[in-house]
Amino acid sequence: MGTVWFCTTALTLTIYVLLDGFVLGAGVIHLLVARTDAERRMVLGSIGPVREGNEVWLLAAGGMLFCAFPLLYASGFSGFYLPLMIVLWLLILRGISIEFRGHIQSAVWDPLWDFLFCSSSFLLAVFYGAALANVVRGVPLDATQYFFEPLWTNFRLGDDTGILDWYTILVGLLALAAIAMHGALWVRVKTEGELNKRTGKFAAAVWWIVAALTALVTTVTFRIQPQIESNFADHHWGAVFPVLAVAGLTGVIFELRKNREVRALCASGAYLAGMMTSVVFGLYPMVLPARNPLYSLTVQNAKAGDYGLKVGLIWWTLGILLAASYFIFVYRSFSGKVDPPSAQTPRHK
Amino acid sequence: MEQALDANRLHFGFTITYHYIFPQLTMGLALLLVYLKTKALRTGDPHYDRCAQFWARIFAINFGLGVVTGVPMEFQFGTNWAAFSRSAGGVIGQTLAMEGVFSFFMESSFLGLFLFGAKKLGRVGHWWAGFLVFLGSWLSGYFIVATNAWMQYPTGFAVGPHGEIELADFWSLVVNRWALWQYAHTMLGAVQTGCFVMAAVGAFYLLTARDEKYGRTFVRTGVLVGVIAACLQLFPTGDSQGKLIAQNQPVTLAAMEGLFESQSGAPLAILGQPDVEKRRLDNPLEIPRMLSFLTYQEWGAHIKGLEGFPHDLWPDRVSLLYYSYHVMVGLGTIFIAVMLMAALLLWRGTLFESRWMLWLLMLSVPLPYIANTAGWMTAEFGRQPWLIYGLLRTAHGASPRLSAGNVWFTLIGFMGMYAMLSILFLFLMGREIEMGPEGHDPHDGDAAAHELPAEAGD
Repeated sequence: MGTVWFCTTALTLTIYVLLDGFVLGAGVIHLLVARTDAERRMVLGSIGPVREGNEVWLLAAGGMLFCAFPLLYASGFSGFYLPLMIVLWLLILRGISIEFRGHIQSAVWDPLWDFLFCSSSFLLAVFYGAALANVVRGVPLDATQYFFEPLWTNFRLGDDTGILDWYTILVGLLALAAIAMHGALWVRVKTEGELNKRTGKFAAAVWWIVAALTALVTTVTFRIQPQIESNFADHHWGAVFPVLAVAGLTGVIFELRKNREVRALCASGAYLAGMMTSVVFGLYPMVLPARNPLYSLTVQNAKAGDYGLKVGLIWWTLGILLAASYFIFVYRSFSGKVDPPSAQTPRHK
Repeated sequence: MEQALDANRLHFGFTITYHYIFPQLTMGLALLLVYLKTKALRTGDPHYDRCAQFWARIFAINFGLGVVTGVPMEFQFGTNWAAFSRSAGGVIGQTLAMEGVFSFFMESSFLGLFLFGAKKLGRVGHWWAGFLVFLGSWLSGYFIVATNAWMQYPTGFAVGPHGEIELADFWSLVVNRWALWQYAHTMLGAVQTGCFVMAAVGAFYLLTARDEKYGRTFVRTGVLVGVIAACLQLFPTGDSQGKLIAQNQPVTLAAMEGLFESQSGAPLAILGQPDVEKRRLDNPLEIPRMLSFLTYQEWGAHIKGLEGFPHDLWPDRVSLLYYSYHVMVGLGTIFIAVMLMAALLLWRGTLFESRWMLWLLMLSVPLPYIANTAGWMTAEFGRQPWLIYGLLRTAHGASPRLSAGNVWFTLIGFMGMYAMLSILFLFLMGREIEMGPEGHDPHDGDAAAHELPAEAGD
């Protein structure tokens, strides 16, 4: 039962990364590729109707962690106190900057929210990557199964490292690049004209950074977390996950050259999903590795009672099927390109 | 970790109180929006569609702020209350996760369609989008109340070998009898906020002689629904909540009422200041024997005062609990009076000309917010010293490794951020109300289309 919930939670989190990934990515590239007010409104228009739904996948994943792995939820969230709170503030800033920007058109209002939207998305992407890297690297859990990490100490790996060290920052940068590419590909699918061309060029340029960082991070990660190597050695079928990531990454540049917009976006999604699932597969059965392996939280020691997990699986399946049907309906309703706002219709009288 | 405990309590109390400013309006408005959309569908009168469009814009601002201030809540159980989450996550995680899976997905998906898809969906389709937003937000309220109700009145659990509290009976968690009454009471409170806000905006338009057709619809809708909600708030829902507390949290009842001495034929205190050190109520204004009657329907019934309970079972903030409860009940009574008067004038056809009544409706707008907040404070202070009533004390629930300094850091951060949000919120709300229902291009079709290219949906 624990393993089933491990998979469903990982699945929910992966869907969150794919969906909020392009919203975040659109934010990261917002100031970079969208030059005029009209273009910036197109970027916001491409994510407007779906972004709140996308963020719900994070809430769903959080709730599932809480109910299926209470120990992980409690130890992990209290140990990562400061970075989580910073993530919450960034989520607030990103949410309101999208929400509020459209209300007024003014030379002091729009740039302020554009800047906040872009910078909060930028930092969120880095923090998400660093958070994942912390889980991979392991945390100083002790016999009480609690820990507390400062934001940073000396940026070196070792016993007294903080949330941010060179490794977690490196993964944060990879996340930033990958999400920027994903967002650019999304905006490209949803727009036409100059913006469409610029996002394509941007994605192709960032691709090289993503590829280089992926290779570097993968090499380093195998050294830092030995469990990953032994999992892949023990279960050869697990190779499908990294293969998916590599195929996705190759697909992105291939489809970009062929100029197939939707396929390029899907390839980037496959890359992100492949990376996420590779990490998750590599860590199993650990859910939060400790520096001292004795104290690691695993699927077995962190899971809730079996009755609750069984009942939960029933409503979860039902709920996710419903959610999937809403999403298909919503995405179909808003499919196609966003029209450029015409200069004649002012947003307000 | 004494200091950290207080900081953690203030942290949760501040963020949840601030958060609840927004959902209480959106849950109430969601019902009124469905009412307006139904009217539009049945009469075919586009006036009601335009009314709904106006309120959808107000709804969207509040919903957006409700989401961004609500996300931190789900994380704070783990960040600040790790010991509590560790022991009870297997139970309350269920209802919280169900909220995400069943209500948030529905709410957010269909709000997008409701705001941006009016043209695309057609009249009936748009009604359904509005209805599903309503259903999603009311379901979300249910899961939250069920979570809180379980902490007030835990049922359907078993305690495991390491002291962890595990789910043993799903249905008694989900249809906890405490949850049913608490839900009805909470939602009526939200409906009253929606009604007072709608009536106040309508009264403002009538008093300033602008958008009068809309003003009349807003006042009429607010008063008609509001008078029903105000009465049901007191009876049966408030009454039943009180009886549940008398049965299951008798020490809370004594503190709420400011009753220190156990007595037969206990009086109901209307005013007075509890002096916890001297264990008495100063300057009391009381109705003799009334508390006994309300609680047990017998004038002479015996009610245990605070002194009848060991001191370590007393709620630790007796005065605050007493005041929150009295503010809630006092305001609830005022709402019944205001709404009944307005309904009477509406029935006689003179409401829209009664300027004093319109003034009263307009100025009442902060009161339901205060009453709802005071109601939740009553529930939460009343549960003390327990986090889960009878099972886990608040003092044992906080995150053990978290220092007071770190909690203060983030609390101050939230205070600063929320101060900024408040200014923006009031500014934007004022602007929408100033712009009015006709302020937006009527050919736009979609509410909030100003945010996106007008044809975003096509």
